[in-house]
This record gives sequence, C-alpha cells and structure tokens, in this order.
Amino acid sequence: MDLFEYQARDMFEAHGVPVLAGKVATTPADAKAAAEEIGARSGGVTVVKAQVKTGGRGKAGGVKVAKSADEAEQHAAQILGMDIKGHTVGTVMIAQGAKIAEEYYFSILLDRAERRYLAMCSKEGGMDIEQLAVERPEALARVAVDPNVGIDEAKAREIVDAARFDAETGAKIVPVLQKLWEVYRDEDATLVEVNPLVKTDDGEIVALDGKVTLDGNADFRQPEHAALEDKAAADPLEAQAKEKGLNYVKLDGDVGIIGNGAGLVMSTLDVVAYAGEKVTGGAGEHPKPANFLDIGGGASAEVMANGLHVILGDEQVKSVFVNVFGGITACDAVANGIVGALDKLGDEATKPLVVRLDGNNVEEGRRILAERNHPLVTIEETMDGAAAKAAELAAAK
Amino acid sequence: MAIFLNADSKVIVQGMTGSEGMKHTQRMLASGTTIVGGVNPRKAGTEVEFDGGHQIPVFGTVKEAIEATGANVSVVFVPPAFAKSAVIEAIDAEIPLAVVITEGIAVKDTAEFYNYSVNKATRIIGPNCPGLISPGKSNAGIIPADIAGPGRIGLVSKSGTLTYQMMYELREFGFSSAIGIGGDPIIGTTHIDALEAFEKDDETDAIVMIGEIGGDAEERAAAYIKDHVTKPVVGYVAGFTAPEGKTMGHAGAIVSGSSGTAAAKKEALEAAGVKVGKTPSETAELMREIMQGLTK
Repeated sequence: MDLFEYQARDMFEAHGVPVLAGKVATTPADAKAAAEEIGARSGGVTVVKAQVKTGGRGKAGGVKVAKSADEAEQHAAQILGMDIKGHTVGTVMIAQGAKIAEEYYFSILLDRAERRYLAMCSKEGGMDIEQLAVERPEALARVAVDPNVGIDEAKAREIVDAARFDAETGAKIVPVLQKLWEVYRDEDATLVEVNPLVKTDDGEIVALDGKVTLDGNADFRQPEHAALEDKAAADPLEAQAKEKGLNYVKLDGDVGIIGNGAGLVMSTLDVVAYAGEKVTGGAGEHPKPANFLDIGGGASAEVMANGLHVILGDEQVKSVFVNVFGGITACDAVANGIVGALDKLGDEATKPLVVRLDGNNVEEGRRILAERNHPLVTIEETMDGAAAKAAELAAAK
Repeated sequence: MAIFLNADSKVIVQGMTGSEGMKHTQRMLASGTTIVGGVNPRKAGTEVEFDGGHQIPVFGTVKEAIEATGANVSVVFVPPAFAKSAVIEAIDAEIPLAVVITEGIAVKDTAEFYNYSVNKATRIIGPNCPGLISPGKSNAGIIPADIAGPGRIGLVSKSGTLTYQMMYELREFGFSSAIGIGGDPIIGTTHIDALEAFEKDDETDAIVMIGEIGGDAEERAAAYIKDHVTKPVVGYVAGFTAPEGKTMGHAGAIVSGSSGTAAAKKEALEAAGVKVGKTPSETAELMREIMQGLTK
C-alpha cells in the first residue's frame, strides 16, 4: 500500500524525522483555516499541495505557494477536484513555508535482485530520480544495506560519504538517515523515499516530501496501518471482494475470470486476451479479461458463489471463464462448488459460464457438471479452447 | 540424481502438527517421501500416526530431529507470524535444505532470514512456494505426486498451479525434478540456482522455466542461460495483460513503471535463445518437439 504524502509526513514525525508542519483539508474553507494556523509559523507563507499517489504534481499545477490564508483558500479551490494523471484530488495538505538552500534525495528500498535493501542518496534532489539515474548515474550513490544490520551510524556515514556531502552537511544528515531507517524497519515498509530532503537557509535538514510503501503481509503486526487505507479510492467491486477475502483485481474488459493460483489466473488473462484478438481478427474492440480473481486452493461452493457474485456485479462482464487445475483441490469439489454457487445465486446468474477443469479427479468433476446440465454452463476440455469459447460468447452479446 | 532432492533425502516437517502440516505430511508419505520427524516444542516426545502405518516422532527442535534421524531436508508449514524464527532455527541447526511453503510472510522477515542464511549451510527454497518434487524419489512440499512421473525434463517456476499445469501437459515425458521457487519479492532459491543445478544434473535433458511479472529475475536468468546453459530451455511468462501498479495475487507480481513487464522478460529470454510459448499449451508443445528430437 502506497501512502499519501501527508500520511508519510505524519509517520516521519512519529519516528522523529524532521518535517515541516502540515495539515490536510478537503474544502477551501478548511484550507484557509489550516493556512491561518500553519502560516503563523512561517510569516504567513504556506504551500498548498495536492494529495495524490502519483508523481509530477508540481508540473500539473498541484503545488502552489500562498502568501496569505486567503491565497491558500483560492489555491485550494483550484487544486481540489483537479485531475492529475487520472487521480482526482480530494485532499490538499497545507504545509509550512520554508526557505530552501539545497535539495537532496534519499531512499531505502527493497533490492529484489540482491535480496537485501538498497539506500540511494544524491546531492541533486528535487528532480525525477529515474531521470538522474539514467543521465548522471555517478551523482546517485547506491549503498547496499544488510537487513539484519540496517542503517546504523556507520552505514549512514558511508551513505553520505558515497553521495559526496561535505563534512558539515553530512554530519547533519546522518541522524536523519538513521531515523528514516527506523521508519522503514518499524513500519514494515518496502519503500521510504524523501525527495527532496532539504537544507533550509538556517542549515536545518528537513524531509520536505515523502513517499512510503507498506508491506500488506505485515498487517498482522501493524494494526494501525488499516486506518491508512484509502477506502474512497478503492474500486467498489474490489472493496466488496476484499470484504469476502477474495483476491480480486478489476480490469477493463468483458470476460470475467475465476481461477485457482495466482500464476494460472495471470496466464488465463493472457490466454483470454489472445483469444479475444482472434475472435475479431484483431480489428476494433475485442473481448478482454474483466478481472483477476484467484480463489486459491479451497474452491468451496461458498467461495465460488462469492467469486461469481462479485464478477456478475461487474456490468461490463458478458461471459465468465472458470479455469481450475485440480492440484490439491479435487475437480469434483470444484464442480460441486460451481453447481452450488449457481443454485445459491439463482436468477442473479445470467451470464454464460465456460468451465475448464483438469487434474485431480477431473472425470468426476466433468460428470457432475454434465449431469446437472445447467443452461448457462459450457464445459471445455482445454484452457485455450475454453478461452476461445468465452471470448466468442462475449463478442456475440 | 535430480536436483536438491532425491531418494536418500530424509525429511522433517516444521509445523507438522498443524492442519496444513498434517494434510501434506500425509500426502508426502503417500508419494513415497522418507519423512523422519516433525518439530513442535509443545508436542516433543509424542508420535503422530499417519495412514499407511507411519508413526512419525515429534521433536522439540530441528537440532534434536537432525541428531536423532539424520534429517537433511525440512519442509516449513509454520504460520507467517512464526515462520522467520522457524527458518532461523533450521539454519542454526545447519539443515542443508529448508523448503518454506508458508504464504504471506512479511518481506522484512524473509529478507532477514535469507540474509542470515548467506554463507551458512542451508539452502532455502521459497517462501510462498509449492516446494519441489523429484518424481519417484521424494516430494518435499505440496506438489501433487500423481500429475507426472519420473522423466528427463527439469522444471522451475514462480507459480504453483502453473507448475502443475505444465507437469500435466508434459506428463508423457515425466520430470527429473520440478521446483516451485515462489512468487514473493525475495526468495531463497532463484531461477538461476535451479538452472545451474539442472545444467549439472545428468538426469535432466531439457528445462522448462516459468516466470511471471515483477522484478528482473527472468532477465537475469536469460543472461545466465546465454552464458552457462547448454541444455535446451523453453520458457513461459505469465502476466502480459497485467496493469501497472497492481499486485496480481503473488506479492512479487507487480509491474512498476516500465519495469517487470512480461514483454520485457519474453524479449530477454528470446534474445538468449530460449523458445518462449504464448500460452502454457504452446510452451508444452515447444518442449514436446525438443524431447521428441532428443529421443530420435
């Protein structure tokens, strides 16, 4: 889960990372009140910042300096509701103004290839770091971090030295990096990025803008992270699926997909997309997968019914492809799950279902489906054949 | 020979007495695996009876289990919150192979136990994986033993069900070993480790490699194949239609910006001379052609 900037700011503050005062607002009037309070610390000057989980806010006009509370209100009125790369701005943060002398960059992230963490640091912050990495890689220090050691004082010194900070500035940054490591470690983050990390006119180091990604697998020991979730932005079908404990991702297509195992489901989406292109001969709009849904090992009637319920609630869906390889799960249990789900859903089940079962006890599974002979169900023997059939049904509707 | 696991492997199960542990220990025993013990400090000294007349002793620690039985493989079914300490215990006991089946382990925990294992005696497979099987010899994990028998194809995959699907499609040939390395961002044994072992294994003639979106493990494997693998390799990559920024089931399966895409992985593999199938069936067909060519 990615956090909003204001959430990252709050998290930084809780861990002792130096940040500027900031307060969120969802209406221009609230923004004005916040600017009056926050601006009192910085000669009336505040910065109104759009809270969206994407980069390039500044260029899009989503970050504006206000010299008075009235001006902050006007900026907020402009920024709230603005669309930035497909994200609608629902919240702004009113941040304390600061006189910036220099802008730096720092991040800690997961290095999947090396299977440890990586700290990146540069004296040239503020800009797009991916661009810097390509254009001037020598300006971006990369220092490996052992997960079992972390960023202690010695490691923090190594990082600032690698980034070629002068001794005085480096000494001021070292404790900030140690605090940012505490955020990474204690919050189970997979990314902590500060861009820019700034030196103010009076020589203080401050994390001006932060990006944090949290590991969902650690939720069991991070109970307070649940409150950080952006429920308003979640797709309603995804929210519904999550409530039922289903692993569902909404996509923009018309063939609903249910399968078991993440890899097989991903593969099913691809196979349906290829089949869709074939159906229309590659011309114009063609059938595409409507979603990712992994029902995992169980595939009971209840899980199947919950899955079908979510997929049939997607108005775009015209046909459904159920693709199960019975490894541990027996196909007869899956077939009973499908039959039970159709009974449970009754009149709600209106879209044709193409079912492909293979593996453990497949004959019995196909027999159960054939015996039931439900008018909506078509049985196919291969994954490719079933994808073609599901795409054909979606194209015909 | 096979890789990592063979007929001489003596397997213990950490978390054997839990429901998943019980179910899969029974299945492993049924497929002929030599299981010599379970580990649970609260049930140490007891025995668990499994179908087929197997009485499996429960030990308090991995170390005690190794001392009593000579175990050299541990399969870990311990729940996510306790998995790290279970794996660290296995590493400290110097078990040669720890197969971590558990799904949903925090990536920090995996990063910590993996780095703890570096330069020590233990190879880790997983986490969040189905384990591995050397058909007819031993089965450490949850891969169903009846999909395919022994043969001369080696298979390495990030995904469990795609492993099963591919074994099923190629069951006429059988497998030397099939290994599911797991779909998490950090894993103990990589595609490259498995490719290296299959290249050296005299019971493996050809290799199927299954990847998916996220990270650059497939690109690195492609570079490795180009320089080090002489046996024919067929590849498959899942997730061409995955949108950017969405996690597709596996914690590691996510396209970030322009990196981690299926198209880039396919391109890298093809540039290394690997034939890549568009669908699992097409991939199996490519391997079928290779195997038929080898037997001529």
